[in-house]
Amino acid sequence: MSTKVVDRSPLTFYERTYLPAILGGLKVTAKHFADTVFKGKSVTMQYPEERWVVPEGYRGAPYLVKDQDGATKCVSCQLCEFVCPPKAIRITPPGADGQPADRRNAEKMPKEFEINMLRCIFCGMCQEVCPEEAIFLQKDYSLTGESRTEMVFNKEKLLKLGGTHAGIQKWKHKLEEAEAQETFPVQTR
Amino acid sequence: MESLQYLSPTTQFVLFSALKILVVFGVVMTGVAYAVLVERKVSAWIQDRVGPNRTSPFFVDYIPVIGPFLVRLGIFQPMADGLKFMLKEDFTPNYVRKVYFWLAPAITVVPALMTVAVIPFGSTLGSEKMVIADLNVGILYTFGIVSLGVYGIVLAGYASNSKYPFLGGIRSSAQMISYEIAMGLSVVPIFLLSESLNLGDIVKYQADHGWMILKQPVAFVIFLIAAFAETNRLPFDLPESETELVGGYHTEYSSMKFALFFLGEYANMIASSAMMVTLFCGGWTLPGTLLSTPSASFLVGLLHIGVFLAKMAVFMVVFIWVRWMLPRFRYDQLMDIGWRRFIPVALANILLTAVVVAL
Repeated sequence: MSTKVVDRSPLTFYERTYLPAILGGLKVTAKHFADTVFKGKSVTMQYPEERWVVPEGYRGAPYLVKDQDGATKCVSCQLCEFVCPPKAIRITPPGADGQPADRRNAEKMPKEFEINMLRCIFCGMCQEVCPEEAIFLQKDYSLTGESRTEMVFNKEKLLKLGGTHAGIQKWKHKLEEAEAQETFPVQTR
Repeated sequence: MESLQYLSPTTQFVLFSALKILVVFGVVMTGVAYAVLVERKVSAWIQDRVGPNRTSPFFVDYIPVIGPFLVRLGIFQPMADGLKFMLKEDFTPNYVRKVYFWLAPAITVVPALMTVAVIPFGSTLGSEKMVIADLNVGILYTFGIVSLGVYGIVLAGYASNSKYPFLGGIRSSAQMISYEIAMGLSVVPIFLLSESLNLGDIVKYQADHGWMILKQPVAFVIFLIAAFAETNRLPFDLPESETELVGGYHTEYSSMKFALFFLGEYANMIASSAMMVTLFCGGWTLPGTLLSTPSASFLVGLLHIGVFLAKMAVFMVVFIWVRWMLPRFRYDQLMDIGWRRFIPVALANILLTAVVVAL
């Protein structure tokens, strides 16, 4: 280990007059002043107007997404509801004679899907557990509202905020294959 | 103006004095409000921040072009600050000594404002001298009044009946007393040179013979540093020292009573800036121009006041600038500088000046 001997020689008379410290201070402060005023090198972010660009993979608020055709992906399996640690999700299934799903290869879709954003802890377990890849943690991190009821996001709102997630098209090819089966020329020997 | 001549001299004197007091009071109060703003803005800029830039009252929309710019400069911030102080709860803790608790803020503010009375802030407007009280013992009056300011702080420390204000009060009294002496001694050479205690005469002397800051740089430095100590500004803000004493002497105060301490501090800064301009930097004169002699013209009179205010503003910025440069002095270091450095140096300076004048 090399040791460094720090110079601790007594202060000279000039240094003891405080002048070097004062002049040094003047220089530093003047430089920062000039940089901020004339070059605009301020570190402040004017928050509501300017916002952080969050990195990829950021776990923001969970929203429902639509598939490439604009149909609801969620099939109301309620896995997310059961897995949700703070119990923020509440799904109302359509029931036996409810409305059918708005995409062709699904049996049902939720009648109502509510996430209480005041309870949600942005853990991402709903996204992890979802077999249909219908719910994703997106980039919103500052949710505000004027009442508690306003902070319970319903299905319509969640779908609107979530947008279309065309990246993962899990059932697209399955559907094509299934359709191909209908007209598949069965060879008979 | 014609009708004024029929009034008796006494009535005229009272009338004009009242007018001057009102105007000066208004200017000082506005000055205090905007000094706070400048402090906040300059501090922000030095620390790479933006500072207050949001206050925009409803009438900003009617100011074309420069309106948004003024908002960004925070020009309307002092109004919001003032309003905030008015609306805050004025809380008096149960354990304080009530009478002194109420008295202390007033005792802090009044001397700070009274000091301004003897400052010649301009030459003449018409035939009126631009000074509220043209005293022949101007500087003695100032020192007498300024030293009263410390009682406000000490009293606040005592009345609060709480440990932090108490420590603040103790520190304040020790600090103010030691720097008062150095400050008083530092200005003696000026009177040796100018042969008058009247601040108007000192300005006149400087207009004829050059600024005192060039003739008495040592006196100026001592006065400047003592002024920092007198106004409780960093690096000598021991009575307040937020980091160790919470809020120092005004820990227990809130609302308007706290605002009065705040106002007193800034009024003190304005007063000492004005004193330094008058004593060392030629007051309202500007050498090399026709602004160096009193003039009958109304416009030149106003220009003189403008010159004075500009010089004062420079000192105010220095006060604010220095705040972000130096760390706070330790209690014993502070006393050491006061008693063992400045007082001997000031005495030597007096002696030297006296010898030079005598020769």
